Amino acid sequence: MHELSICMSLLDQVERIAKEHRAERVERILLRIGPLSGVEAPLLMNAYPLAAAGTIAEHAQLDIEPASVRVHCVDCGAESPATPNRLLCASCSSYHTKLISGDEMLLASLEMSLPEDASEPL
Amino acid sequence: MCETCGCNITPGNEHLVRGDGKHSKTTDGRAAVEVLTGLLDENDHQALHNREHFDRHNLLALNLMSSPGAGKTSLLEATIEALQGELRIAVIEGDLETENDAERIRAKGVPAIQIATGSACHLDAHMVHDALHQLDLADIDILFIENVGNLVCPASFDLGQHRNVTLLSVPEGDDKPAKYPVMFRAADLVLLSKADLLPVLDDFDPARAERYLRHLASSVPFEQVAIRGEQKALSPWLDWLRAEVAAQGRRRAAGKTARPSVQPDGARLHTHQHASTYSTSTVETVEAGG
Ligand SMILES: Nc1nc2c(ncn2[C@@H]2O[C@H](COP(=O)(O)OP(=O)(O)OP(=O)(O)O)[C@@H](O)[C@H]2O)c(=O)[nH]1
Ligand SMILES: [Mg+2]
Ligand SMILES: [Zn+2]
Ligand SMILES: [Zn+2]
Ligand SMILES: [Zn+2]
Ligand SMILES: [Zn+2]
Repeated sequence: MHELSICMSLLDQVERIAKEHRAERVERILLRIGPLSGVEAPLLMNAYPLAAAGTIAEHAQLDIEPASVRVHCVDCGAESPATPNRLLCASCSSYHTKLISGDEMLLASLEMSLPEDASEPL
Repeated sequence: MCETCGCNITPGNEHLVRGDGKHSKTTDGRAAVEVLTGLLDENDHQALHNREHFDRHNLLALNLMSSPGAGKTSLLEATIEALQGELRIAVIEGDLETENDAERIRAKGVPAIQIATGSACHLDAHMVHDALHQLDLADIDILFIENVGNLVCPASFDLGQHRNVTLLSVPEGDDKPAKYPVMFRAADLVLLSKADLLPVLDDFDPARAERYLRHLASSVPFEQVAIRGEQKALSPWLDWLRAEVAAQGRRRAAGKTARPSVQPDGARLHTHQHASTYSTSTVETVEAGG
């Protein structure tokens, strides 16, 4: 179950950022995850409460923004949508493509409650 | 212990959360911070340092991945025999349990460190770091890291390797690249292992397996290997190894390093962010195959 270890790693980062901002609570965590990242969003959702218990982000809302699979064709220059196991150019069928999006596994943003006198970071 | 790089514990996100960090307020008065770091930032950072260890000793580090039992350890045993006296090898073995694979390698007269991952279905950069400090890297040309047999998550964890090698064994069926795109897309070399079984399992069509691989926009070499039977075949693999060792030697002479041609998202990000605080090596992302 690597989703749990990914959650732990995520929470390490969240706690660090929250501390830097002297936040009282983390309210919302936004992730961006693509189907080619190897991470399953539903499994991550399930693992989160377990990993977050007792942390500053225990009650945070976890939102996961899916990323779509898109490729850029090296041969004809077209940009087109693709699927995880068919990364071919939609206009010329070439497999000389580069992935533009779809493998993201990112912590995109955090929303935190700060104490009144510390609304600006260090 | 390992020397540190001088960057603090927030190498990745520091400049984003401080300075002109995109720090703003939401409508209900919360502080909102745009972060954009990989979820595996800690791992990716450790992987970067592992790669520095490997580069300092001018060795080539390869991450071997496949489903359980596809023939990784057998291939290593045969490779050690074939390259005896030519290239110096060491192995880090990852398995959930047992010391078996490391013992098989040591029986060939080569140093091997076993990592028992317990419940973790993959190796991560920290486990590999612990293991590499138990090896004398000065006397090694190739360090093989045999990952836990698993076609799913090992591909998501950068270990600091220079190249990924993925095995697909004939008994698994030729559709595996289509079913496990994350794993096969990450490969710099795909080996069709147990190729001696092709005549027996004649529904396996190597051309179809390769087509599925190409559908992943991969142009890496796809080679057959067999350690059994009449059609014992290792030479394309050994030639690839020799070429990669030579390429690593040239990169080191030029102060460069390499990473697998496709990397987990966070690993890619980490280089960019890290480059400003620390850089001994320029990263050369080589187009594999072609
Ligand atoms: N016919 C045939 N069998 C092979 C070949 N390579 C490996 N095997 C057999 O496949 C089985 C598994 O091989 P291993 O080398 O242990 O596989 P592995 O990938 O290291 O397995 P794990 O580390 O447990 O994931 C053994 O019984 C090997 O003898 C081959 O080229 N041909
Ligand atoms: Mg093995
Ligand atoms: Zn095209
Ligand atoms: Zn170290
Ligand atoms: Zn560092
Ligand atoms: Zn795993």
